Amino acid sequence: MTVSHVVFIILSAVTLIGALGVVLGRNLFRAALFLILSFVGIAGFYILLEAEFLAMVQLLVYVGAIAILIIFAIMLSRRLMSPEYNARNEQWLIALASAAALCVLLVFILLQVNWPTELSVVPPNTIEQLGIALVSPDQFVLVFEVSSVLLLVALVGAVIIARER
Amino acid sequence: MDFILNFWVELGNWVAGLMAGWGMPPWAVNLVADIVGVVILLLVGIAGVLIFTPMERKVIARMQDRPGPNRVWPYGLLIALADAIKMLTKEDIVPTNSDRRLHMLAPLIVAAPALLVFAVLPWGPGLIGQNLNVGILFIVAIGTIHVLAIIIAGWGANNKFSLISTYRVVNQLLAYEIPMVLCILAVVLFAKTMSTQGIVVAQTIPYFIVMPVAALIFLICAMAEANRSPVDLLEADSELVAGYMVEYSGMKFAMFFIAEYVSLFATAVLVATLFLGGWKFFGLEKVAPVLAPAIVFGKAVFVVFCMLWFRATFPRLRFDHLMSFSWKFLVPLSMVNLLVAALVLKLTANVWGQGALMLLGNIILVAATILIFKRTVPKLDEAPALKRIVAVEPVPEVPPRNAAGLVEGR
Repeated sequence: MTVSHVVFIILSAVTLIGALGVVLGRNLFRAALFLILSFVGIAGFYILLEAEFLAMVQLLVYVGAIAILIIFAIMLSRRLMSPEYNARNEQWLIALASAAALCVLLVFILLQVNWPTELSVVPPNTIEQLGIALVSPDQFVLVFEVSSVLLLVALVGAVIIARER
Repeated sequence: MDFILNFWVELGNWVAGLMAGWGMPPWAVNLVADIVGVVILLLVGIAGVLIFTPMERKVIARMQDRPGPNRVWPYGLLIALADAIKMLTKEDIVPTNSDRRLHMLAPLIVAAPALLVFAVLPWGPGLIGQNLNVGILFIVAIGTIHVLAIIIAGWGANNKFSLISTYRVVNQLLAYEIPMVLCILAVVLFAKTMSTQGIVVAQTIPYFIVMPVAALIFLICAMAEANRSPVDLLEADSELVAGYMVEYSGMKFAMFFIAEYVSLFATAVLVATLFLGGWKFFGLEKVAPVLAPAIVFGKAVFVVFCMLWFRATFPRLRFDHLMSFSWKFLVPLSMVNLLVAALVLKLTANVWGQGALMLLGNIILVAATILIFKRTVPKLDEAPALKRIVAVEPVPEVPPRNAAGLVEGR
């Protein structure tokens, strides 16, 4: 049991408690806060894997943008301090079935993969390598450009929807 | 002599050697050194509150032609301590209908992100908490926790003023984060590193000379992020009482107060690091590295002074003006600035040539902006709407009245 084992267990606990809080909580605002806790736990995993760039981007994008937008949507759509909602509605059976199917699928995939058991060395300058990989033609440049175009389309679409006529 | 000139690093080495001499294992020496470093950095952040609160009150008072606080010895400079003692003795109030746990949670986490930023701010050659290779990204990412704390505070209070403030938080802080990050990106492109220490080392010419547009946009956005007047729409006292802090009292309010001034200090040091050359000052840092923290602090004080100057000069913006200023002006301008930076870096590899070309590009950018404004923004005498507001309407002539106060002829 090394230090990284202990850190891994703590991070897992934080992430899972956050996720459970999202599902079981009755207050939407608190559920969103638990979601943020879960995101922060995942950022911790990235740091544990020495992928500090991904960890920071996880914080920036998921906590800084997505979670805050979720909170904003809750604030705009619900009454302030609204009565608590029941976590289960009439669709709980369908939700349970689809979640169970996804769970079975994930476990199936996890059992199929031949996981490496040797410790691999993290290369130095991971950020530089990531940047080069994103723009070199034989690696991810196509994916990178396609997602850029997708974001641009979303941006233009948002402007068109929001424009005063 | 070398011990004095290179005091801070030598002191650290000497203490580490001393501890090793006592027979402590290396990991224990490292642990103690890390803990001492963390405590020092936290104290530096908190000291910022004690330094910048009196400075703000004195400077603003001087600019408004009044003496400011002058009762607490000496010269009113210990006013922050008196304030702290007063805060401690105040009653702790929790509103009945608030979300009690969230109300308690917000002050606990609000000061943490501002203090965490100090971990990656460089104070001299080799004087940095942790030289992360994603330092700048760390600062931006950790800033989102601050937004979160304000949202929790505003929501948990169950008060309509704090809720309005929370809406504004989301809008304002997201809107000003985008041009800020785009300006940081231009700096990162020039320095070819995201490490804060690396950016200082790469600045042979301070970046506020190389790209003044980016420096100015960054300063404005940093003021909006640190919630400084005239862009303090989150707590705008005259509209929202105190915004998200309305329901807080005593020590819980003090936490917000501390967070505000610590983040002011951190922002100022960050501006100094990114644009004013950090611990570099005309080669002084090579002669006497002992002075490096003083250089950084001096630059930070200068930046804070500029912010106070802004505050004393401009009235508070209206919220929709603030939004359109960011989205319609700062975001496009910083994007073009980023494009110019990328283009310049491709044109030449010489550092001085890059600097000169970037400065030229910035001048052209400013000229183009002014030209576009001259074309599109209506002048006062051409705009009927503006004329209606500004022009004095002719006062209708009052018919003469007789002694009984009645108009003649009725």
